[in-house]
Amino acid sequence: MTPVLSERPPAVDAAALSLHTARLPRWAPVLVAGLAITAAALVAVLLGWGPMATGLVSVLLTLVLLPGWSRAVEGSRAATDRLVTGLVWAALGIALVPLISVLWKVVALGAPQLDGRFLTWSMRNIVGEPGGVYHALVGTLLITLTATVISVPVGLLTSIYLVEYGGTSRLAAAVRFLVDVMTGIPSIVAGLFAYALFSLLVAPGTQLALGGGVALSLLMAPIVVRSAEEMLKLVPDDLREAAYALGVPRWRTILGVVLPTALGGIITGVTLAVARVVGETAPLLIICGSTDSVNFNVFGGQMASLPVFIYSSYTQPGTQPEILQGMAWGAALLLVLAVIALNLLARLAGRLLAPRRRH
Amino acid sequence: MAKSIDISDLDIYYGDFLAVQGVTLSIPARSVTALIGPSGCGKSTFLRTLNRMHEVTPGARVDGKVVIDGQSLYDPTVDPVQVRRQIGMVFQRPNPFPTMSIRDNVLAGLRLNGTRPRRAEADDVVERSLRHANLWTEVKDRLDKAGLSLSGGQQQRLCIARAIAVEPQVLLMDEPCSALDPISTSAIEDLIDQLRTDYSIVIVTHNMQQAARVSQDTAFFNLPGPGLPGRLVEVNSTRKIFSAPDEPATEAYISGRFG
Repeated sequence: MTPVLSERPPAVDAAALSLHTARLPRWAPVLVAGLAITAAALVAVLLGWGPMATGLVSVLLTLVLLPGWSRAVEGSRAATDRLVTGLVWAALGIALVPLISVLWKVVALGAPQLDGRFLTWSMRNIVGEPGGVYHALVGTLLITLTATVISVPVGLLTSIYLVEYGGTSRLAAAVRFLVDVMTGIPSIVAGLFAYALFSLLVAPGTQLALGGGVALSLLMAPIVVRSAEEMLKLVPDDLREAAYALGVPRWRTILGVVLPTALGGIITGVTLAVARVVGETAPLLIICGSTDSVNFNVFGGQMASLPVFIYSSYTQPGTQPEILQGMAWGAALLLVLAVIALNLLARLAGRLLAPRRRH
Repeated sequence: MAKSIDISDLDIYYGDFLAVQGVTLSIPARSVTALIGPSGCGKSTFLRTLNRMHEVTPGARVDGKVVIDGQSLYDPTVDPVQVRRQIGMVFQRPNPFPTMSIRDNVLAGLRLNGTRPRRAEADDVVERSLRHANLWTEVKDRLDKAGLSLSGGQQQRLCIARAIAVEPQVLLMDEPCSALDPISTSAIEDLIDQLRTDYSIVIVTHNMQQAARVSQDTAFFNLPGPGLPGRLVEVNSTRKIFSAPDEPATEAYISGRFG
């Protein structure tokens, strides 16, 4: 029987097609958090708690009250969703608290130390008054540069071997395993290795900056290898095939197509590897020693570095501890600033050197 | 320029697995030969053996002869890199080099081989190749823009320009239009028609109508059964294959009864 089009269609059965559920108002989380903080604050005043305890109690209260309210109004699935979201945010907070507190402390105690004298004087002939960390700054720079010069070519060539030539061979698998083991070497072991090496090569008990570079490169190289390997693997195979099809030999394909395409990522990896080693104390303590004057010679003589300076200033502050300990905080701030700068540089390099897209 | 290729009794192996068996075929010079057949029958595999690109896959090898201009490509003394300089290839998905401009992409084949053309000579090569690839008028004002800033069809024409810049004898095309829209496809088909005066072209295509439009000779590959190696069933002039083929299997494929 043909339907008559002028008739209105039957009304939808409301009970069968239920897509709507009740929702909490949008300001609900804020309301609950506010109530929790107020309640916790009241109890804190009564019982004499500090801010940490108050914060903890208000977080716990929010985590209980909001999902509870949600369960009553929205249903159990939404309530579980809110609970887990809350837990994730709480975990983030827990992770951020130490980071922020460390940064706060370093900035608060270190910033007053930074002045021209701090940055341009060494500790040579300084007694009973604040000096500077110029010698440690130069030392960190030179030692890290040496480590980079050693580890980047070695690491990059290793990763090129692993991706372009080794593939799935047994040698490549062994190399990958050893590189992974090296990422876990304790830094003091790297320092001992460098110390033993130069004791054998030069004279027992030699301390020199080159040794520090060698020790740090042992720690940097595996990171360079792993991150460069990942970046090289990201270069799509059809780019390599396009080059082969033009009759380009493999080594030229790597130099002219694969490396430029992966360059941004590789530089990011190298910069992050540098940031990792710039604060290593134990190996430099052994192999570089410390000194009060500036030493520009990488091949001979002890060289100061920021981490070792911080260590010795803090643990052997002498007769007026607040001077040297204050300087230690200043040096610590310089290290943190260096790591932040390196990270920003890594991001910048990654963005600027990415393969050119829409121009 | 533009030589013919003679293949006799070619078997293609991946490790121990025989992928394509007993191909005997002659690719004439200055003409377009299409390779058609259902998916997985070995046409792309066969195409890649013509410029030794299959060797990029570990474990791939061939038995048999491929002869161009009287020289066997698989002679032990032959350098695969030299083979690929004479026999160029264009792939299914356009793959211009992402870190290079349009100009540098066209010159890539020359520069990456160590040739350092002078500025004037380089400009010449770029213009000639882009004109030959029907891309010059569209990009002549933005040669320094990134290769990836072009549309899909333009990128594919850029890859064709890049391939012909090194002046090969033969151009192999592995489904060059399957990733493109119909308008770009038609532009590339016109281009192939113009290029055949200077190059011998072998094109693998899934699209039978394209084979009929574009080629002078067609070779039909087929898989006799699951797990069996692909075989060349019939090779004939395009007109004959699409009107009165010799083999019943060809007739069945053309009329759409399988594949």
